[in-house]
Amino acid sequence: MTQQNITLVSFGYFGKHFLEKIAEAVKREFAYQVIIKESHIDLSEFFDPGRRQYNGNKMLIAVDKISDEGALKTIGLFSVDLFIPILTYIFGQAVLNGNTGIASLYRLSNERYGIEPDDNLLLERFTKEVVHELGHTFGLIHCSTPTCVMRSSTYVEDIDQKNPGLCNSCHAQLEIRQGSQMYT
Amino acid sequence: MARKISLLVVDDEESVRDSLSNWFIEDGYHVECAENAKKALLLIESSQFDIILADIKMPGMDGLEMLRRIKSLKQDAIVIVMTAFASVNTAVMALKDGAYDYITKPFDPDDLSHLIRNASKQIALSQENETLKNKVTLLENVEDLIGNSDAMKKVLKQVESVAQSNSSVIITGESGTGKELIARAIHANSSRKYYPLVSVHCGALTESLLESELFGHEKGAFTGAMYNRKGRFEMADSGTIFLDEIATISSKMQIELLRVLETKTFIRVGGNKETSSDFRVICATNRDLKSMVEQGTFREDLFYRLNVVNINVPPLRERVEDIPLLVDYFIKKYCTTMNKPLITIDDAAMQRLGEYPFPGNIRELENMIERAIVIGNGKKITLKDLPFGKEMIDNSIESLDDFEKTFIRQILNKYSWNITRTAKALKVDRVTLYNKIKKYELKPDE
Repeated sequence: MTQQNITLVSFGYFGKHFLEKIAEAVKREFAYQVIIKESHIDLSEFFDPGRRQYNGNKMLIAVDKISDEGALKTIGLFSVDLFIPILTYIFGQAVLNGNTGIASLYRLSNERYGIEPDDNLLLERFTKEVVHELGHTFGLIHCSTPTCVMRSSTYVEDIDQKNPGLCNSCHAQLEIRQGSQMYT
Repeated sequence: MARKISLLVVDDEESVRDSLSNWFIEDGYHVECAENAKKALLLIESSQFDIILADIKMPGMDGLEMLRRIKSLKQDAIVIVMTAFASVNTAVMALKDGAYDYITKPFDPDDLSHLIRNASKQIALSQENETLKNKVTLLENVEDLIGNSDAMKKVLKQVESVAQSNSSVIITGESGTGKELIARAIHANSSRKYYPLVSVHCGALTESLLESELFGHEKGAFTGAMYNRKGRFEMADSGTIFLDEIATISSKMQIELLRVLETKTFIRVGGNKETSSDFRVICATNRDLKSMVEQGTFREDLFYRLNVVNINVPPLRERVEDIPLLVDYFIKKYCTTMNKPLITIDDAAMQRLGEYPFPGNIRELENMIERAIVIGNGKKITLKDLPFGKEMIDNSIESLDDFEKTFIRQILNKYSWNITRTAKALKVDRVTLYNKIKKYELKPDE
């Protein structure tokens, strides 16, 4: 039986150390081997000139197409401004109970809001966003616990309020779901 | 047992429907989508949605027209209109037509979350309000369960032990003994107490009305069915349904009721979709159901389905020792209601009450005390304040039909069943009198 893994695919430069830190957090939370990969896609086909943003729905499909067969879950990591047609922006999105998700650090950096850059805070926010989207791929929905990483966040301040990990209740649900996914 | 909020997204653009649907599913809502107003209206007629998000610009029927139609179907529906244009006029029109709010596309994620959260809060508040109202009524009425006699203690013990179970209960007893209070007490002490207790007086409704009352109906199911309407079984979901005067239901309704009790599912009148409801059933009757089963007028299978536990409420004449307690309670109740100083009752009046057989049971006693407080001197209830004698009200009369029957019989007896003289005295023609005699099955030897 091939060992299942979670693959983090970076589209663009993030820095090895940066991605390794995220991988460690993901491994800690989901207990799967985590593989970091680099990939390239032509982002211009996802660009909406009217909105000057990138269509997250189309990018999700593109990431799904290039995901490895051995990957249990794949998360595409971007640094561009994402949107979906109905919303002005998104930090990331994933297929609930699916295999794929995307996350972008574009709106997570302090500079975007006219504040002093803080690399540690950026890493923390991006890690939370990746864990959040992965949680959705494992079937977890938004949690009402204020500090749970699965709490819905529409502003960076919301992300800062959360812990980097799942609350006990989401953890318990994850274990049940992981157990059931092993046999499917 | 918080119910999942259900949302309907109506938009002709697939990407909008998908995006919103995914967004809400991740938030834990139940979501359904429709690509046009026509399909949305069909879905709304057949299912229950808490919040409807509707695009204004759609091919065919637009969002505003759809909003008007939704409001004509379900007045309390929460509809949020979505528009691609920040048009104040359109928004004002939508709000005037009853929209809960409007939002301009594309939405800021935070605005959308806030809007839905606020709408959900409103739904929760209305549901809570409804539950609290029921609870207050319940508490007010359960307090009326007074009694220190052995007979009443036995009933209260039965109530206590049966409340925690989920079994069907039949409460038997003469008219006016407080059967509905017993049903309320069972509900108030059960795990279902935070959910509704829905009462249906089966004897007061015709077969077709009872059917629509119990199972609900779809719009247009019959003349006058202007709206979709939830039935009592649906309203009693997670709670208790109290079917009073169960012995009066027709054989057709007995079959229907048996099916519902066995499957806990039913179909609204004029509908085709099965609805399920988790309710506990409590029935009451002043008739002897067992003998009705033997006579073949009440289904045996329904009887056994309902009669898991039987509580018999004793008539007041068998618990005379409770009369002073009840009198005291009713004095306090009515003096408070009428904003009068608390009064007492003299020994002679109390003694007379203790001797009286009370055919109308506690209801009769309550009416007597209320009347005495109204007409009395405001200090003490005396014998002359009590309606013993000519003014005595026949408390077995519970409806206009009962009154008419009693009155016609009285006049017939007065004129020794001479139809012409009786009809003349009643100022009706002979045919009408014959029809009334037939209707009430009056006989000279009665």
